[in-house]
This record gives sequence, structure tokens and C-alpha cells, in this order.
Amino acid sequence: MAGARPETRPVSPHLSVWRWHVTMLSSILHRVTGMGLYGAAILFAVWLMAAAAGPETYAPVQWFLTTPIGGLMLYLIVAALAYHLANGIRHLVFDTGSGLAPSDADTSAWFAILFAIAAPIGLWALVTFGA
Amino acid sequence: MSAPERSMRTALGRVRHHGAGGEGTGHFIATRITSIALAILAPWFAVSAALAIRDASYISAIDYLSNPFNAVGVILLVAVGLYHMSIGMQEVILDYIGRPITKIVLLILNALVPFALGAGAIFAVLLVNFGV
Repeated sequence: MAGARPETRPVSPHLSVWRWHVTMLSSILHRVTGMGLYGAAILFAVWLMAAAAGPETYAPVQWFLTTPIGGLMLYLIVAALAYHLANGIRHLVFDTGSGLAPSDADTSAWFAILFAIAAPIGLWALVTFGA
Repeated sequence: MSAPERSMRTALGRVRHHGAGGEGTGHFIATRITSIALAILAPWFAVSAALAIRDASYISAIDYLSNPFNAVGVILLVAVGLYHMSIGMQEVILDYIGRPITKIVLLILNALVPFALGAGAIFAVLLVNFGV
């Protein structure tokens, strides 16, 4: 029970003593990107409400989105979304009992990370050079 | 005395009502079902909005949201996305926040804020389409 003697015994997940491995990173990134996307969803709702409120209210939103900071923010949101999507599909596969062998889990974790790097670059290229 | 219950919980644990809330399976399933919907809705929105609203301008945003297909897709994305993220955040709060007062305040906020955002965002899409 909490409060008995919690201070001295080791507390999971022992981040300071664990050997680093990619499946650990993939799990942490899933939570971190999930939290980031929580913030992104709040901004998404604000963007919709600003658009509905009219051009005067929307003007500062457009200004922010076209600044370098706003662009970087959108870039990071797409990266977080891509990671959470790829790793979420990975977890749906895990739920069926497949892909849990350490070598398979490592490979799919790296795939999710690479997808998170590639997807925002791909979307940026599509918007900049695409039709 | 009746026959002892076949249970792994101690008598003290039962009295204190500490233990599983009984809703874990529902949340587990809801997270997976919503994730399948979001695996379609979120990439669709990211790509279609990025292509349609390149300059982030008011006109292009309104044009995008005025398309009925886009409007329905955005409303679904808002509703399903906020539900999914609320379940996820609840799990994170329960994992990391130990202080009861902080935990309860955050859990209540996490239950209410997505409702407020969802009502505002969905009303906004409707207003763009049906407003004066």
C-alpha cells in the first residue's frame, strides 16, 4: 500500500540503470507524442473556432502559422502524428500477439521512428513542389 | 457464515474499495477502436488540409471547411480524436500523478476540457457551413 515505505526501494521503470534499447525509446516516444498531440488538438480546436469567428479573429492565427515558429510547430505536429500513427499500428499488431520477438519489435520500432522523420519531409515536399 | 468467495482480493482491499475500477477493459477496447478510425481520419486531414490551405489564409480555410465531405471528416476527427486523447491522458495521469488532490483535479479537467473543445470545434464547423 502506498505510504508504507516507498522511498528506499527501487521504483519502476528504473530509467537510470536500464541499458538503452530502441523498444524502450519507442514506448516513451508514444507517450510523449501522445501528450504533444493533446496540445495539438487544443490548437486544432482553436484554429477551427478562429476560422468560424471571422477574418479579423483569424488574422493573428494566419500570421502565427506563417512565422518560422508556426511552421516549425506544424512540422513537429506532423512528425508527432506520424510517429503516434506508426507506433499505434505497431501496438495494434502487438495486440494480436504478433511481432513481439525482440528482433521484430526492434525493427518495427525503428520503422516507426524513420516514418516520423520521413512523413513531415514528404508532406512538406508535397505541399512545396507538388501539384 | 457463507462459503468464502473465490477472489484474489484481500478482505481489507474489498472494504477500502481499492483495486480495479472495473472500466479498464472498456477503455482498452475504446482506445483500439478509436485508433483504427484515427489511423484513417488523421492522415487524411493532415494531407488534404496541408494541400488545400497552403497559405494558411482565411479564404482557403473557409473553402476547405465549406466542402461537405471535409466538414464531416473534420467533425469526426474532432469527436473521435478528443475521445481517444482523453482516455490516453487519463492513463498517463493515473500512472504518474500520486497526490490525490492533484490527480482528481487533473482527471476532472481531462474529462471536461475535451467536451468543451469538442462542442466549440464542432459548432465552429457548423457555423462555417450554416452561419449567416
